[in-house]
Amino acid sequence: MERQTIAALGRALRAREVSSRELASAALEHIARLDGALNSFITVTADQALTAADAADRRLARGEGGPLTGIPFAWKDIFCTRGVRTTCGSKMLANFVAPYDAAAVERLHAAGIVSIGKTNMDEFAMGSSNETSWFGPVHNPWDLERSPGGSSGGSAAAVAAGLISAASGTDTGGSIRQPAALVGITGFKPSYGRVSRYGMIAFASSLDQAGVLTLTAEDAALLIEAMAGFDDRDSTSANLPVPAYATDIGKSLAGRRIGVPPEFFEPGLDGECGARVREALAVLESLGAQVVEVSLPHLSLSVPTYYIVAPAEASSNLARFDGVRFGHRAEGATSLEDLYKKSRQEGFGPEVRRRLMTGTYVLSAGYFDAYYLQAQKARELIAADFRAAFAKVDVIAGPTAPTPAFRLGEKTDDPVQMYLNDIYTIAVNLAGLPGISVPCGFARGLPVGLQLIGPAFGESAVLNVAHQYQLATDWHSKAPPEAPLVAAVAAKGRSR
Amino acid sequence: MALTRENVAYIAHLARLAVSEREAADYVVKLSRILDLVDQLRQVDTAGIAPMAHPLPMAQRLRPDAVTETDRREDIQRNAPQAAEGLYLVPRVIE
Repeated sequence: MERQTIAALGRALRAREVSSRELASAALEHIARLDGALNSFITVTADQALTAADAADRRLARGEGGPLTGIPFAWKDIFCTRGVRTTCGSKMLANFVAPYDAAAVERLHAAGIVSIGKTNMDEFAMGSSNETSWFGPVHNPWDLERSPGGSSGGSAAAVAAGLISAASGTDTGGSIRQPAALVGITGFKPSYGRVSRYGMIAFASSLDQAGVLTLTAEDAALLIEAMAGFDDRDSTSANLPVPAYATDIGKSLAGRRIGVPPEFFEPGLDGECGARVREALAVLESLGAQVVEVSLPHLSLSVPTYYIVAPAEASSNLARFDGVRFGHRAEGATSLEDLYKKSRQEGFGPEVRRRLMTGTYVLSAGYFDAYYLQAQKARELIAADFRAAFAKVDVIAGPTAPTPAFRLGEKTDDPVQMYLNDIYTIAVNLAGLPGISVPCGFARGLPVGLQLIGPAFGESAVLNVAHQYQLATDWHSKAPPEAPLVAAVAAKGRSR
Repeated sequence: MALTRENVAYIAHLARLAVSEREAADYVVKLSRILDLVDQLRQVDTAGIAPMAHPLPMAQRLRPDAVTETDRREDIQRNAPQAAEGLYLVPRVIE
């Protein structure tokens, strides 16, 4: 099927060339027909979607509504959606029905978005391959035996395969940008504090940030403009005006300074991926940007720093799951402590338990200074490198992931190998910066992502460079073939 | 650094996880490998560096001490594994 941007769909809706009900019905039909091959959705909310689409159509008929009114959209299943099951990819929350909407959900609903369902993800967003989900792995539409990346793997696969034009994600260490790169779409994470975390199930509170997976940077700009803004219910929400991203993207790149850190091109980077990124830099130069070298000398500390900070914060956040107030409860517990231990052991999967163990250890008496405090100091060194670089350049560019999509099962036995996959994305979260991944070509038939990073609250520069790159190239419009998905669904039907 | 079975059992207790014998053996290997990864930080000179707790240079906001939430107890307790008469039920704590 043909993939369409939300910018184009919005124009068609406002011109009354298509109705929101038609778009919602088409999305539901695509999911029913093809998602058996991808496993990208956990919950589909067909009835609510059609009701919301009809409401959007009535607004559009009155000449009301904005650029997002009537556009079908999917939510990573980490966003609470009132009255709809919200699982976070976990057995722990397999039956949890959210009693309220996340702030991001409220805002996009107010803008007229039509929610179609909830997408698959690594359990509690802890993973880089979507293999830790209690609801099974998601398959990469470019090669069904490969991972779509994670943790927002369901959103990524659904958008790449054209089931839906855009979906939300969250990015704690690369969970929007890395899957976007691995499936060949655009993935945008704004600055920490830009989009409210209210109602987003917490993983690591000083790193978590909501964003979107889309076909283009223009679509990301339209969505984030509506999602962003101060929210009193999030204690670290930034009280700053939201720029007109969708307008700012139109600026010329003439004179833009783009920094390239040599640390992003060290031996761990796949040669073909590196070549695609260098070709993209040449395109940016041809558009008038000036490419200069900058240094991020502490970049190599990012992975160890992250794997102290994130598990530590997770072990604290996930203490709330006790089998008492909500979530999974074990049968046959003999005491309250037994109830806690059994419920948590049964409700959390192996990777989540591993991170809770790591986090508990690094925060435990006698180890706090050596691990957590030292990691917070290393974090400051990493953030200071970025501040120094952004004194010289507007945007930093490099690869998003060290390799193209890897095979499902390839890295599941070795957590450290899996963690190293996040080497280029993690530093951006530690420093709280905005980052985007845009498709920049293929390596061995699989998509490669170019990462663009901006200074804190400098989303406009990132989106501007990404959009101008997409005006000059057509990698973002390369869609995976549909035939293998149809064949995989048919084969599944036969084996039943 | 290498963890022992005793370390693993103690951490599992702190994390309130009922870790099985087999899993404990796996943790001795895999958690030790993760600790080897993060131990790289011990070599880094951070003298005089202020720890960064989170990315925004901001102070904690205060709000007026006013009631803002409505009573939605029934609604919220629908997610409870076991509740009755507005209370959460758990195994007996005091004999």
